[in-house]
Amino acid sequence: MATTHSRIAARFMLAPAVVLLLGWMLVPLIMTLWFSFRKYLPLRGGDLGWVGFDNYVRFVSSSAFWPSVQTTLVIVGGVLIITVVLGILLALLLDQPMWGQGIVRILVIAPFFVMPTVSALVWKNIFMDPVNGLFAHLWKFFGATPIEWLSQASIQSIILIVSWQWLPFATLILLTAVQSLDGEQIEASEMDGAKPLQRFFYIILPHLARAITIVVLIQTIFLLSIFAEIFVTTGGAFGTKTLSYLIFQRVLESQNVGLGSAGGIYAIILANIVAIFLMRIVGKNLDA
Amino acid sequence: MARDVTNNRKIINTAAAWAIGLLIFFPILWTILTSFKTEAQAINDPPLFLFFDWTLENYAVVQERSNYGRFLWNSIMIAGGSTVLGIIIAIPAAWSMAFVPSKRTKDILLWMLSTKMLPAVGVLYPIYLIFIQFGLLDSVLGLTVVLMLINLPIIVWMLYTYFREIPGEILEAARMDGASLSSEILYVLTPMAIPGIASTLLLNFILAWNEAFWTLNLTAAKAAPLTAFIASYSSPEGLFYAKLSAASTMAILPILILGWFSQKQLVRGLTFGAVK
Amino acid sequence: MGQITLQQVTKTFGNVEVIPPLDLTIEDGEFTVFVGPSGCGKSTLLRLIAGLEDTTSGKILVDGNDATSVPPAKRGLAMVFQSYALYPHMSVRKNIAFPMRMAGVPQDEQEQRIEQAATALNLTDYLERKPGQLSGGQRQRVAIGRAIVREPEAFLFDEPLSNLDAALRVGMRLEISGLHNRLQTTMIYVTHDQVEAMTMADKIVVLRAGYVEQVGSPLELYRTPRNLFVAGFIGSPKMNFIEGTEAKKHNTATIGIRPEHIDVTNKKGVWNGKVGVAEHLGSDTFFHVHDTGLAETLTVRAPGDVSLRHGDPIGLTPRTDQIHKFNAEGLRVN
Repeated sequence: MATTHSRIAARFMLAPAVVLLLGWMLVPLIMTLWFSFRKYLPLRGGDLGWVGFDNYVRFVSSSAFWPSVQTTLVIVGGVLIITVVLGILLALLLDQPMWGQGIVRILVIAPFFVMPTVSALVWKNIFMDPVNGLFAHLWKFFGATPIEWLSQASIQSIILIVSWQWLPFATLILLTAVQSLDGEQIEASEMDGAKPLQRFFYIILPHLARAITIVVLIQTIFLLSIFAEIFVTTGGAFGTKTLSYLIFQRVLESQNVGLGSAGGIYAIILANIVAIFLMRIVGKNLDA
Repeated sequence: MARDVTNNRKIINTAAAWAIGLLIFFPILWTILTSFKTEAQAINDPPLFLFFDWTLENYAVVQERSNYGRFLWNSIMIAGGSTVLGIIIAIPAAWSMAFVPSKRTKDILLWMLSTKMLPAVGVLYPIYLIFIQFGLLDSVLGLTVVLMLINLPIIVWMLYTYFREIPGEILEAARMDGASLSSEILYVLTPMAIPGIASTLLLNFILAWNEAFWTLNLTAAKAAPLTAFIASYSSPEGLFYAKLSAASTMAILPILILGWFSQKQLVRGLTFGAVK
Repeated sequence: MGQITLQQVTKTFGNVEVIPPLDLTIEDGEFTVFVGPSGCGKSTLLRLIAGLEDTTSGKILVDGNDATSVPPAKRGLAMVFQSYALYPHMSVRKNIAFPMRMAGVPQDEQEQRIEQAATALNLTDYLERKPGQLSGGQRQRVAIGRAIVREPEAFLFDEPLSNLDAALRVGMRLEISGLHNRLQTTMIYVTHDQVEAMTMADKIVVLRAGYVEQVGSPLELYRTPRNLFVAGFIGSPKMNFIEGTEAKKHNTATIGIRPEHIDVTNKKGVWNGKVGVAEHLGSDTFFHVHDTGLAETLTVRAPGDVSLRHGDPIGLTPRTDQIHKFNAEGLRVN
């Protein structure tokens, strides 16, 4: 649909973005790959030479590895399920006729504006603190013993905080999708005798499929790399060490760049597995 | 799906939606309220909702302790700079993908998105070394470039989806009318895509504003934005609820205000242009 | 001057040959219509002439100069698009001014030409409006105005009336014809509607699958269609085609007879059958006749209001001098 001239122009126009991203991806990646095969301790002797797959073996055999993979998947999975399910319900509710819809929508999307460091700090101290937190007051009011949220229910707490941040996003996308549903389709299904629950499963849910895919894709991209929420709340303690956080500790806290880089390569592989899987679905869904 | 509903039904909807809306908003509201309390009132049991001695003291203390203005300025520079730079680079790329698509366009787009999945920690040290090499550590310029690169795939994607809604015939008309490629983009495409560009700008400004991995790890004193400003309150000596709340409010307020004033574009932007 | 010549022009998309080698000359001042069913390559051909697509091989000459690799804007052609392609963020005035602004025409001359075009197209009252505030017909006029002010060698129209309702379409058809009479500039007009082709063209180019089936004036095509395709495409209702023994009587594979060249009686005719569907238009009546002993259902056009109804017997007599004969390859033989 174009002339050679415009195709050549198009390539030139695309080049800066592609070159920049290619560089942004390849340069650090190659450096990480290089470090991962070396014993590299910046504060204890620097580059101490080639060690082959030593770092890789050590990283996997460390007792923290598999739990961290598990933690990553639990947090990502948990947040996805909560935000998608609640997002759908909330979207259906917000689609109903009501007074002050605009204001409710503002209230619901507000958490998205809050930077992760702030939300983590606020939740950790003002709400989840076992002595002075609002939840503690609430529990005491009902005569219960306050829960030490971030140590007794650490993963759940982090899932709660992160879900709160991402629920607005899921709700908004799903709401937009619900609103684009053809009213006549619903009416036709009513004429055909579908009950509300059947209508939801046979008409509304399939219509939302594309929106749900988008929510899952974008949230996964961001959730795989959550950092501040853990950094600020538990610092990786109490079983909340994600793979990202484990690597962060190896590189920055133990200053073992070789080992951390090997971990980084594992994380990149994990991310790529998730990415390939997601891209398959999205690639298919993007055309629709 | 507009239909006549009984008023009863509408009242129930309204009540339910407002209840949930307020519940979701409550942590923010509570933080703002707490910022106006004294430290003793902030941890009072039972919690004080509206009837306390309103004070601005916390804001004064926070400002004195950490020079809010500098952090704010850094945040604006970094978030604004990275977004504008990203859009300047993304507009031609999105034009190319939307109007001169090739067989590989979709693959390139998905590849760009997939670069966002590379775990940042995996490449933290190399970036750190590169930054030292080029003297970019703790500089606004360095962070601007990194955040631009991080958000570039999303900016390209969003602009691409917005551009695709613009009929190609209009650009062809411009070409027939004698417009060069740059005039075509400058005088025809960009003005037509203003709402989409605004949405992209807003969303990515917010994403950059809130980004908390690179901003925490690549800055120290000079270029630190608000994410670092607030992180300094996570240390034990900063654990005063009212002051923490005041600092939090100061960190999020610019974005909250921006978000509320530009709700329409933002709502559009929040869907990343992917859902209509 | 606006003579356009295509020499051995071809276009392929991937492996698909959209335009096989094609030669065509459009004379200066001629109103030429490309007509054919959708997918016949007529729009592609127009876009090749406009320069919005590259030719795969062959040459395009404008006034004898090779324009094959000249960018669209430099060919001196103006185009009116199917969707009008107005710039929605600019007022009507700015839309019309845009090509002149790009060409660096001085401000006062721009104003003058805009005024002229606006007067000619009845747009004077709408100059400050945005395209979104205009009706379909007005948008169409703005698109034409934007083309006129460039004072092009030739105008290219890509199905410009297909987005208008039936009544407006007739009006715009007259306006475009009027415009051509006034300007005497070459116009190339693409449509799938043979009525538009017949009513407006000096020369019609009938295309099918990229091949030129026939070139000629409207009446040439009507009177002596070169093959079955052109015979069936030009004229409404469609020409009747009869094969088998009836055609054998005329020593050929297929005969064609236009509905208006068959006389109707309620007595005996050459062919006798029953009325299937009768369409009463008032000015004319169309009968779809079956049970004539022929395999084909015949369509007949009787002038005026003929009061035969569904199921009535009907006698048909073709005018022998109006019978078109086609051989087994579908080519005209008489």
